[in-house]
Amino acid sequence: MELKDKLISSFLAFEEAFDLNSDIHELRTRSLKEFEQLGFPSKKEEAWKYTSLNSVLKPDYSVFPKKEDTIEYRDIKKYLIHDIDTYNLVFIDGIYSSHLSQTTHDKIDVCLMSSALSKSKYKPVIDNYFNKIVSKENGFTPLNTAFSKEGAFIHIHKNQLADKPIQIVNFATGNEAALMIQPRNLIVVDENAHVQIIERHQSLTNNPVLTNSVTEIYAAKRAIVDYYKIQNDRDTASLIDNTFVEQQEQSNCSMHTFSFGGKLTRNNLNFYQRGEHSDSTLKGITIIEDKQHVDHNTLVHHISPNCESHQDYKGIFAENSTGVFNGKVLVDKEAQKINAFQANNNILLDDKATINAKPQLEIFADDVKCSHGCTIGQLDQDSLFYLRSRGIPLKEAKALLMYAFANNVLESVKIPEIKKRINHEIAQKLGVSLGFDL
Amino acid sequence: MLRIKNLHASIDNKEILKGINLEINPGEVHAIMGPNGSGKSTLSSVIAGKEEFEMTRGEIKFEGEDLTELDPEERAHKGIFLSFQYPVEIPGVSVTNFIKASINAHRKSQGLEDMKANEMLKLIREKSEMLEIDRKFLSRSLNQGFSGGEKKRNEIFQMAMLNPKLAILDETDSGLDIDALKVVANGVNKLRNKDNAVLLITHYQRLLDYIVPDVVHVMVDGKIVKSGPKELAYELEEKGYDWLKPEQV
Ligand SMILES: Nc1ncnc2c1ncn2[C@@H]1O[C@H](COP(=O)(O)OP(=O)(O)OP(=O)(O)O)[C@@H](O)[C@H]1O
Ligand SMILES: [Mg+2]
Repeated sequence: MELKDKLISSFLAFEEAFDLNSDIHELRTRSLKEFEQLGFPSKKEEAWKYTSLNSVLKPDYSVFPKKEDTIEYRDIKKYLIHDIDTYNLVFIDGIYSSHLSQTTHDKIDVCLMSSALSKSKYKPVIDNYFNKIVSKENGFTPLNTAFSKEGAFIHIHKNQLADKPIQIVNFATGNEAALMIQPRNLIVVDENAHVQIIERHQSLTNNPVLTNSVTEIYAAKRAIVDYYKIQNDRDTASLIDNTFVEQQEQSNCSMHTFSFGGKLTRNNLNFYQRGEHSDSTLKGITIIEDKQHVDHNTLVHHISPNCESHQDYKGIFAENSTGVFNGKVLVDKEAQKINAFQANNNILLDDKATINAKPQLEIFADDVKCSHGCTIGQLDQDSLFYLRSRGIPLKEAKALLMYAFANNVLESVKIPEIKKRINHEIAQKLGVSLGFDL
Repeated sequence: MLRIKNLHASIDNKEILKGINLEINPGEVHAIMGPNGSGKSTLSSVIAGKEEFEMTRGEIKFEGEDLTELDPEERAHKGIFLSFQYPVEIPGVSVTNFIKASINAHRKSQGLEDMKANEMLKLIREKSEMLEIDRKFLSRSLNQGFSGGEKKRNEIFQMAMLNPKLAILDETDSGLDIDALKVVANGVNKLRNKDNAVLLITHYQRLLDYIVPDVVHVMVDGKIVKSGPKELAYELEEKGYDWLKPEQV
């Protein structure tokens, strides 16, 4: 059976197994209908022209988790940022793992979507925010809504500062021959509140995994959201990440996406600036090889005047890997005095590696500053020679130049341990030891 | 130490070095002068192993060993150091971290462990003081935003840290102010001993007042057309190169 048909026919069983009486039952049913109509996107659609889902949709996925499984902390420690204290929301095959997690309700809510969807205490927040800014451009988001059940629910109340970063980590154990997971996260950051979040999806075996994740982030007036996505999964795991960020006045949201592995990764990242003087940062480092594929599909929608957006994506592609950068900046007529900056720089290490880059600016206001630049090149031979002439072997010299190339994206990372982690994962990936921390 | 015989080298099928002969012994200082584009930097790059240049004829031997097949890093490990005319910028990698990577790469090639942190610090302090380099400078990204003079001083700092057998200084004096020139020249002189050698490439006789050469060579159009004692530099300063151009010789 095709995955689409399988999902549709599993829906009833899914709802029955969990909560048919849920408040969002109707929304789920409606969303399933939308998915039925839209289906999965094909290469015929402009936004998916360079990203083929054929091989990703092929395996016979189990489409919702059945049995609970446990894993030991020592087996997953390396995938967590463990050298600092954090709140953790850990999910195993889509099911919450309480013994690996650390939640709180002290001044801030760091807990589960399943409880937020069922407890009356959270109803006002759910009514206000759940599924309010998602786009229905393709079937993935409605599909996720139809099967939405579990994920992170984070609510930072007015004037509160989350006292430590929050990690959202999804593990796939390989208990199912092939598994589809659909995490659903909601993050509401009230006025003048502040939060740092780290998100990761990790498969623990080589059984195929398809993750279709949806995250909605609401930043109220003067809120600060600092978000990091670490994508370094196995070559049998694919991720469709759909993230929507809505910003009010003077809010500041930044998203760093580090894509170092996985079969296919598609980042649909959407920012909506609804309040004046808001600031958005979208940055990414992609370093992939083999047949890996990473597609960044960003939208920054400037709805209000006097705002800024900064996009800076760096890509390094080796062997047969492919990259896509599709960066759209949309400036409404009312959004005067906007400063929108976009840069996408790429290095192709091998003849067979490819990148398709397409910046799109749609500007309807007349008093705006928009700039975009896109480059595709190779490692600089003179720089390589310089490093080698100082005794640094070719492999390490190349690695150093890659660091140098990606460096300005790392500069804006505010959690030092993340910087350390990223450096470590890059070094490991490139198989080098540089003898120092960058 | 370095013995170059009838060296021809080209890039994109364009011959740039057209039969160079040069012999440098331990303890010696040689200077090469010559007009722009005559091939001085090309020669230093070829000695250091830049792969874009193709050696079409001749040989380069260092301490009796043929260098032709060696990578740039292997030549560095053998003790060849090139101070670049145009050092490259490496954002995100501090001077200190870079020199650590460089020193430990040298040590690794000799089967040694990484240098201990305190030993490294001591060495860095010693050499940076000798070259009057501010400590703050060492935590900046390598060469990024450095002034021309700062880049050159930083090259000599790296040389001092690595203590090479053969140091090739390609226009290290260009861009240095008079005081900096003295400091750098002083640094180079302190590193000299009977076992190492220096090859200076310069356009100005002034440097040679501070680092006194045993031999001065004149390079014109890919060939060494004249060699002589240090006084030759004064003669060049006075007369220019025209009288040495192949047509007139
Ligand atoms: N990568 C290259 N491609 C093509 N030509 C080159 C390349 N590198 C050097 N050349 C040419 O080789 C010749 C010698 O250049 P080189 O840099 O060695 O001169 P130089 O003697 O160091 O000059 P200067 O005094 O200006 O530093 C020049 O004509 C230069 O244009
Ligand atoms: Mg030169």
